[in-house]
Amino acid sequence: MSGAAVPSPRVAGDTPVLEISDLTVTLGTRNGPARAVAGVDWSVAPGETLALVGESGSGKSMTVLAATGLAPRSATVTGRVRLLGRDLTDMSGSDRRRWRGRHVGFVFQDPMTTLNPVLTVGRQVAEACEEHLGMSRRQARSRAVELLDLVGIPAPGRRVDAHPHEFSGGMRQRVVIAMALACEPALLIADEPTTALDVTTQAQIVELVADLRRRLGTAVVWITHDLGVVAGIADTVAVMYGGRIVEQGPVDAVFVAPGHPYTRALLAARPRPGAAGEELAAIPGAPPSPLDLPPGCAFWPRCPVRGDARCAHELPPLVPLTPAHRVRTFYPAAAAGSRDDAAGRPAAGSRPAGDDPAPSTPEDR
Amino acid sequence: MGRFVLRRLLQSVVVLLGVTLVVFLLLQLVPGDPVRVSLGTRFDQQTYDALRERSGLDRPLVVQYLSYVGNALTGDLGVSFRSGQPVTTIVLERLPATLSLAVTAVLLALLVAFPLGVLSAVRSGSLVDHAARVFSQFGVSVPDFWMGIMGILLFAGVLGWLPPSGYVALTDDPVGWASHVALPAAAVGLVTASILTRFIRSSVLEVLAEDYVRTAEAKGLRPRVVVVRHVLRNALIPVVTVVGVQLASLVGGVIVIEVLFAWPGVGRLTYDAVQARDYPVLQGAVLFVATLFLLMNLLVDVLYARLDARITLR
Repeated sequence: MSGAAVPSPRVAGDTPVLEISDLTVTLGTRNGPARAVAGVDWSVAPGETLALVGESGSGKSMTVLAATGLAPRSATVTGRVRLLGRDLTDMSGSDRRRWRGRHVGFVFQDPMTTLNPVLTVGRQVAEACEEHLGMSRRQARSRAVELLDLVGIPAPGRRVDAHPHEFSGGMRQRVVIAMALACEPALLIADEPTTALDVTTQAQIVELVADLRRRLGTAVVWITHDLGVVAGIADTVAVMYGGRIVEQGPVDAVFVAPGHPYTRALLAARPRPGAAGEELAAIPGAPPSPLDLPPGCAFWPRCPVRGDARCAHELPPLVPLTPAHRVRTFYPAAAAGSRDDAAGRPAAGSRPAGDDPAPSTPEDR
Repeated sequence: MGRFVLRRLLQSVVVLLGVTLVVFLLLQLVPGDPVRVSLGTRFDQQTYDALRERSGLDRPLVVQYLSYVGNALTGDLGVSFRSGQPVTTIVLERLPATLSLAVTAVLLALLVAFPLGVLSAVRSGSLVDHAARVFSQFGVSVPDFWMGIMGILLFAGVLGWLPPSGYVALTDDPVGWASHVALPAAAVGLVTASILTRFIRSSVLEVLAEDYVRTAEAKGLRPRVVVVRHVLRNALIPVVTVVGVQLASLVGGVIVIEVLFAWPGVGRLTYDAVQARDYPVLQGAVLFVATLFLLMNLLVDVLYARLDARITLR
């Protein structure tokens, strides 16, 4: 098991930056326990970019928050998490806090709310350097100016003393990125960092992160529901649905030959240039509630393939399509031929299941 | 900012004019003739008319009001019907007693409410939190005069540790002042503490759920730094308003407590003025309290801008 099952050509022998195995997160809610994440495995190698893809509520964010010790107090977290070879799950709370703060940088979704309104941006960028690198206040401040310059904020020497409300959304997200990179972390976790921004700014932020990753060699976990972004920046992709990984593999393999009906539906639902005026292929139905997950495949109620009773009652295992590309379904599409299906309209949904090439594969396990 | 303060002060003058008008008219509606009250039961018509004329009460209402406002602008609030002393002097004499009680009560309240409210929010659901909630529920439900009576019974009556009532000026005898102020300040402060505890708790809880607190935690800052630097700075901004309003209302509004503890403050003065139908003093006291309220609000607004950079005063 473990995330090593998704080898990236560059890892070979290297210690993964972050390695998550069998991570399960159960949230205590008013309506009983909600299983937000179940048995998730993945790892990120140094310099690698992993895209974590899925709809809202699929457990993407909760996976990284729980892994790094930032889950809400009501959460029960099990599984193992290694950050640069050190087991976070064994650490005391304060050791975990220090290790995380030193080696992981976070960029969250909405830069309007992730910055503290009453502190200057310089102070917010600098404080991690004081905490983890033992810098004096003055050293940390000049480091903050460097960092603001690095992320492309004009006149950083002056802007360092400005408050967040004096910046535009895109500039604030740059500040957040500067903050995340303050201690030169080995890993940058970007949790939908462009969702709250307008399209032009989105592109700039994506480019900035890609550029910084190249220059600093930082590994990146990019959480998104935007497959367009994934294709541009990620090396590997893990698709989550109902708290589980349903497909993971190198980004080319997953995009060219998506093995899971959900991935195919997601790819089909992408708006494409040249398809203006066409109706977008939405996935009918809604994701399952983590309070009431079906015993079998979580996607089964919405699945266009809808194999048989087995899907409803038995959880499909993650099966390898190729050594690096794994899919959690009883009906993985045959690698090559499925691309047209995926790109086309979801006609498959109305077709009887027998038409699908899937039944040729139940030699899993 | 200077312009903001100036404009607000000018606005305050308008508000105060309104206050004088309302108070003035209200007192005309109150039954009872101040001249009769001040003369007692036995008097002749001549004395009555003379006094009426001397106090200006024989003039038309409009004239009375305009001359009152005109004089007030120069700091002259008239003379007391009862003692003949200038109202301004009487009110200012009572100021130290009232201020020292109000400030002590608010400081006591903050001393209790701040740690309790913050702890209760940061450890929400814990024993401390439950205790704090019981405390504040109790405090807001029980009237301050009842607390005062219980305080007198216990600390002055049963234990004999503190004097039951009376006042010693802080400047004359600090220790004597402290022993006299303890009970009334505790009685008033407990209620204020309960209100503040609730308010601080909910304000801190709200800020704890903010995204930027998660950002601070993600940075790996020590929990104490997260709370002090990131949570409290934000959570206490609205608390400033409540403290300001509480302080202002204590300065003008602890009538019952001042009467109960024979505390010679503005509240007691107001009470006595009502009893004696001493209109000039009553008007003066109300005007004074309204002025303090306005100044306190202005102070709160200025503080706000200092605490939150997003607010610019124009």
